[in-house]
Amino acid sequence: MLNTSDIMETITMIQDENLDIRTITMGISLIDCADTDIDKSCQKVYDKIYSHAKDLVKTGEFIEKKYGIPIVNKRVSVTPIALLCGVSGGDPVKYAKTLDKVAHDIGINFIGGYSTLVQKGFSAGDMELIESIPRALSETELVCSSVNVGSTKAGINMDAVKIMGQKVRETAELTKDRQCIGDAKLVVFCNAVEDNPFMAGAFHGVSEADCVLSVGVSGPGVVRSVLSKMPEDATMNEIAEVIKKTAFKITRVGQLAGTEAAEMLGVKFGIIDLSLAPTPAVGDSVAHILEEIGLEQCGAHGTTAALAMLNDAVKKGGLMASSSVGGLSGAFIPVTEDAGMIDAARAGTLSIEKLEAMTAVCSVGLDMIVIPGDTTAEVISAIIADEAAIGMVNSKTTAVRVIPAIGLAEGEELDFGGLLGSGPVMKVRTKSPAKMINRGGRIPAPLQSLKN
Amino acid sequence: MNETQKAVVTVIGKDMVGILSKVSAAVADANANVLEMTQSILDGYFCLIMILDITKSDKTIEELREIIGGRVPDMVVHVMHENIFDAMHRI
Repeated sequence: MLNTSDIMETITMIQDENLDIRTITMGISLIDCADTDIDKSCQKVYDKIYSHAKDLVKTGEFIEKKYGIPIVNKRVSVTPIALLCGVSGGDPVKYAKTLDKVAHDIGINFIGGYSTLVQKGFSAGDMELIESIPRALSETELVCSSVNVGSTKAGINMDAVKIMGQKVRETAELTKDRQCIGDAKLVVFCNAVEDNPFMAGAFHGVSEADCVLSVGVSGPGVVRSVLSKMPEDATMNEIAEVIKKTAFKITRVGQLAGTEAAEMLGVKFGIIDLSLAPTPAVGDSVAHILEEIGLEQCGAHGTTAALAMLNDAVKKGGLMASSSVGGLSGAFIPVTEDAGMIDAARAGTLSIEKLEAMTAVCSVGLDMIVIPGDTTAEVISAIIADEAAIGMVNSKTTAVRVIPAIGLAEGEELDFGGLLGSGPVMKVRTKSPAKMINRGGRIPAPLQSLKN
Repeated sequence: MNETQKAVVTVIGKDMVGILSKVSAAVADANANVLEMTQSILDGYFCLIMILDITKSDKTIEELREIIGGRVPDMVVHVMHENIFDAMHRI
């Protein structure tokens, strides 16, 4: 039987501590939509996404009401569009516009998959898609793009790294009258995962089933609140234990909502991603969890250790709660989307170098970081290369989502609004890495790749 | 599906005369059956938790919340399907 304190705990988590399901994401394979005529191909893409996902928003809202828990985003991820470009040829932006139109028509928040995987090299369609990213992101609203430039198995494609530095800059320039928003929808990955439900990096991998529904849970506010009730002298292992228990509860809610939504939509349940995903709302910050553990401000020495413990405890708690854990599963550290990170960046406590160290122990990479508008493409490429190297060597996903704030200098701020938040321009080292970046080629796969 | 569908209702707010009667009347109007109930006054705040059998009710959970909330407009009313509590607190 249920007891009073369990019931009140659940209600407090949702009402006061911002517990929510961050996203239900339907992954749809578009392999069967490829046609040698790009217009026919686009029509098939539209029809398939529309027919599978037209009830996604309605289903999400039904579950929200049934369980009284907000499902913040309803999204769709699709097969990397470069695969379709390879068959059809033509201007890839047509696909972007098709995705944008269907996303608007079914009422979802984002659609991901304007993507390509080029960690080992380029094949038909890859380069065309990469070249079109700045235009695609400036001419659409809901489309998200990602490019995988490296992996532990394949090494790092430095030609792709070089080009992506340029594309990040071009995207910012094309959207400079809209807070450079294009780059908030563009991620450069190393070891990209095929079943990630979170944007902007979601795409539906080729090894996935035809149509699946995955869930991303959230809940930094819940974790922080639980920690704030711990005694001052609780040891780190005691704190880890409490985080595990909380992550378990959060995950179970996600699992419940996900399986029920999948059943209602008549599709397979994919995975649950256990990430602690912050929002700019007060009380929904990963940085504040780290501060609750005992740091004066996020970015202080000790941040990496605290984050490593948090990330690990979240995984351990979640693993027991669900047998279909996947995606990124860990703690996210997007600067502009996290109230505590924004404060730390403004105060100068949090630097891009500290963030880079943090990415070695948490689930993602340099995420939502605003950099000076005059940062060169080579420097951006070098940031990407550094991050990809961390991912490659540590066999983990890393990513770069930086936003060059065209026309702004250090200390000024960009404001995207909504879940994407706002943030100050952070200092970047300006000594030139151009010679290395221009060498191109490939960083060979590390020893870790030879496991067979 | 013939299994019993249960909902958990919580009503929290400043104590006053007649809350329980209004909430129970709303529940009866929705053709839901009260299975369990606990009510207490914590520091002047009225706190009611009810577990309802809603198998025979033709109202959705959202409608049920609106009906109860409409009768006691000054109170914070939550109505949620029982599954979420089971998922969270039972292994």
